[in-house]
Amino acid sequence: MAGAPATVASLRTALDARAVSARELVERALARAAALEPRLHAFVSMRPEAALREADEADAHLRAGGPRSALDGIPVAIKDNIAQAGEPCGCASRILEGYVSPFDATAVARLRAAGAIVVGRTNMDEFAMGSSTEHSTHGPTRNPWDPARSPGGSSGGSAAAVAAGVVPLAFGSDTGGSIRQPAAFAGVTGAKPTYGRVSRYGLVAFASSLDQIGPLARTAEDCALALDVVSGHDPRDSTSLPEPPTRCREALDGRAAGLVLGLPREYLAADGGDPAVLRAVEEAARELEKAGASLREVSLPHTRYAVATYYLVATAEASSNLARFDGVRYGRRASGARTLTELYERSRSEGFGAEVKRRILLGTYVLSAGYYDAYYRKAQQVRALLRRDFEAAFEGCDALLTPTAPEVAFALGERTADPLRMYLSDVYTVSANLAGVPALSVPCGLAHGLPVGLQLVGRARDDGTPLRLADAFQRRTGFHLLQPELCA
Amino acid sequence: MSRIGRAEVERIGRLARLRLDASEADALARDLDAILGYVDQLAALDTAGVAAASTVVPIATPLRADEPARSDAREPVLARAPDREGDAFLVPPVLEGEEEG
Repeated sequence: MAGAPATVASLRTALDARAVSARELVERALARAAALEPRLHAFVSMRPEAALREADEADAHLRAGGPRSALDGIPVAIKDNIAQAGEPCGCASRILEGYVSPFDATAVARLRAAGAIVVGRTNMDEFAMGSSTEHSTHGPTRNPWDPARSPGGSSGGSAAAVAAGVVPLAFGSDTGGSIRQPAAFAGVTGAKPTYGRVSRYGLVAFASSLDQIGPLARTAEDCALALDVVSGHDPRDSTSLPEPPTRCREALDGRAAGLVLGLPREYLAADGGDPAVLRAVEEAARELEKAGASLREVSLPHTRYAVATYYLVATAEASSNLARFDGVRYGRRASGARTLTELYERSRSEGFGAEVKRRILLGTYVLSAGYYDAYYRKAQQVRALLRRDFEAAFEGCDALLTPTAPEVAFALGERTADPLRMYLSDVYTVSANLAGVPALSVPCGLAHGLPVGLQLVGRARDDGTPLRLADAFQRRTGFHLLQPELCA
Repeated sequence: MSRIGRAEVERIGRLARLRLDASEADALARDLDAILGYVDQLAALDTAGVAAASTVVPIATPLRADEPARSDAREPVLARAPDREGDAFLVPPVLEGEEEG
């Protein structure tokens, strides 16, 4: 593949100029997936016939009256925990083997109405519980930059599919960093919107107060185009924000002038991670300063408690949410159980993988009698303190700049035996979920030959400012255009 | 000192409807003990008087118009059941020991 990688915006121009058809784009995506999947394993299922049929419909629309949206005729991929009618929705779990969704998630319904074409479903950690896409019943996804390494997780399949140029846009979910950390590890741009910006209807629940659907793409502009399609209130999700979302694409003017960027000292401490990652992030801060932003140091004093707080809140909610998988109404049922209790226990024990069981047990423990106040209630109090940290910091700045992860992509197998070490790769991402604020990751260089992610965090409800800064950064730099050798 | 052992893991397993064999319970006890050791750092933080977070991004509870609508989901829902009898989900006896009596 020669030249710059395709973006949603560049494909839009080509489609509108009739330089390419939606059918050709879908055919290319399917061919590229067929060529790369044996090495990457980014997808768990493809829908070639339906995608080609929808491409023909998109081409007919484009000929008849112009595009229905910026995404009309654009091939996209969605994570295996976001429901699409008539397609499997397995969450990379044995307990949902063979399950076919009877309905569309609201985000998928909006994508389809906008003319986007779902070509396939991407691999993930089981029920989005993981930071490496290794906890999948289908086996791991590999990082296009180095197939011996993890693409991050849990939306590792979506990140790999975009990084490898199979699709220009994919959707993932982010509960504690599951869009941003894989975006960082795979060298793509990934955005977690404000909590409530995108409806969670049809997103299989992991931790309901933290989960958000969001885009992974080559550029911040493409993420903005995608968010403008999927955002907005949904009567089926009472936690979705009631007000009409601001148009993210319109916020991108290439300028950072007048914006104050906060540099949280707790995220940029010299002992906080790989020094090469820190150097790339500090360079990026200087680049944004050249673009007109002013920098100031800020403090988020409760940051060191974020991972502990997150793993209490998230597992408590998960233990409750995953109670629905009981072998009775849908999904996998153990055979030969003689009582209902045995049916529950055996279906769940056979259906869930080790990491999911670990989190259900931890969540059950912290909610159980005698431990609730010490763990769950305490965590909800610290969560309030973390949110106050952000509110205080945002009194003096418009966005925060941090590393997305303390490291570059780690080797497959390196962390699976040590759950706590795996959890600590989320150290810079979980706070945004706990506070509900929007955060994204953009590529800001290479360290050890692997992509480094820069995280930009905004005020609650202000999804536009981080995207605007990321776009200004990308107009001045070429890190988002770097491609792994595998994809050359 | 270990915070959690095999017996405690098996007790929580029963609450969570997870059946764990002895080696699985031992491994989980080790993992959970390490994780609880890590989260215990929260105990050192003084949170007296801090109201626990209950909402994420504060919003007024949205109300929708009170209009009846059909969902017609019965057949698609039942069609996904592992076992059914007519319009009901079929399960083994609910009361323990019922199969003998």
